[in-house]
Amino acid sequence: MNAVVNPNSKKQAKSNPVMTFIYYFASPKHFYRISGKLIPWLGWLATILIIVASIDGLFFAPVDYQQGDSYRIIFVHVPAAWMSMFIYMVMASAGAVGLIWKIKLADVIASSTAPIGAAFTFLALVTGSIWGKPMWGAWWVWDARLTAELILLFLYLGYMALESAIEDPRAAARACAILAIVGVINIPIIHYSVEWWNTLHQGATVTKFDKPSIHISMLIPLLLMALGFKLYYATVLLVRARNKVLYAEQNNRWVKEILKENS
Amino acid sequence: MYNAFFSLVKRDLRLAFRHKSEILNPLFFFVIVVTLFPLGISPEKQTLAEIGPGIIWVAALLASMVSLDSLFRSDFDDGTLELMLLSEYPLSILVLGKIIVHWLITGFPIIIFSPLLGTVMFLTNDAIETLMITLLLGTPILSLIGAIGMALVVALKRGGILLSLLVLPLYIPVLIFSSNAVGSSMAGLSISGQLYFLAAFLIFCITLAPIATSAALRVSLE
Repeated sequence: MNAVVNPNSKKQAKSNPVMTFIYYFASPKHFYRISGKLIPWLGWLATILIIVASIDGLFFAPVDYQQGDSYRIIFVHVPAAWMSMFIYMVMASAGAVGLIWKIKLADVIASSTAPIGAAFTFLALVTGSIWGKPMWGAWWVWDARLTAELILLFLYLGYMALESAIEDPRAAARACAILAIVGVINIPIIHYSVEWWNTLHQGATVTKFDKPSIHISMLIPLLLMALGFKLYYATVLLVRARNKVLYAEQNNRWVKEILKENS
Repeated sequence: MYNAFFSLVKRDLRLAFRHKSEILNPLFFFVIVVTLFPLGISPEKQTLAEIGPGIIWVAALLASMVSLDSLFRSDFDDGTLELMLLSEYPLSILVLGKIIVHWLITGFPIIIFSPLLGTVMFLTNDAIETLMITLLLGTPILSLIGAIGMALVVALKRGGILLSLLVLPLYIPVLIFSSNAVGSSMAGLSISGQLYFLAAFLIFCITLAPIATSAALRVSLE
């Protein structure tokens, strides 16, 4: 009844110690236990990092000589944009792992990661547009990066729409994995075509912050914030994945025992 | 295998010619969408010539997308698709045959009609020529990418809007390069770069899209 992996992979697991290890931790029961221990650590670390990075970025980082104080939104905007790409890669890789090795947990990770990725993409777009207002004098500019980010948001939305349209969660996970892999192959193509389109249509008007390097006192809060965002993502991902695992395994004994303990 | 491929192509073509609306409706749709823009924006020659390439391409893109339903729907409904999955021939080859037929009955008429629309939109002769070349390279890409999306939603009851959400973002590179090539040739610039990109993208899609489509069909028909 505790159907963790399919019979084929169990056979494999016996022969290969690495796979045994992976299958052990990828079993819903162990995942639930271990992630429960990890979440408070990750969550607190993320909180501390984000607070420290915000204080450093908002009060201690030097003022930019061109953009004044308004550049400080970079400490949210750039890490959010990084996360939006990174999370799509995680989603596609987890989907591929679920598709190839039929590990249930990978499907759970892929499906619980999509809304977080969409949220980060949205955050990057909103902060970009708020930043654009004082810099370019307009809320929206058809800048290559902004446009590519917008298309990325569409890809996330399509993924989520497909997932919610298919009722059977197994079929939904596999269909979404295919979509995510197709998306990952297309992202560089879309990115470069948008960049190319932009240079032809607008000329290089928006490369103000493409300075070759960034001062170290600005880089430190930026990297701290990026790390904080990563840990925050890990925390939220684990919380969401735990919920999904509990729901999917609700008829198994270990879930019933946990529910009994907590009631 | 070639026999299976060609008999499938023949069968699908015969089916399409028996339901002529499958060929004509996307074409009418294409013409109507293009007609709406002068009515909505302005009949000025200069404005239309400037936005014409983009409009014709957006209309071609939408026409190709709304006709995707004919790709797998009827075969899914009567069970033919399931038999194709069970057949001894590689599914991706059969899928490629179906995609080629889809392009022949939806993309090809659009290419034939495009000079007419180009003239209506006041494009120059050079630009019309470029428009036809980009359509020739681009519409097969639309059919190939669209097939992946259609295969993912074929088992769903209301897949129409979902399909557009999945497929339209992936169409963007084709739109950018094609309409830009037409615009550039209006301005008398070189267009070889855009055409090379479209050709490369087409070959890339012919190679990979049938594999992704057959994987998606297997998921949908489980």
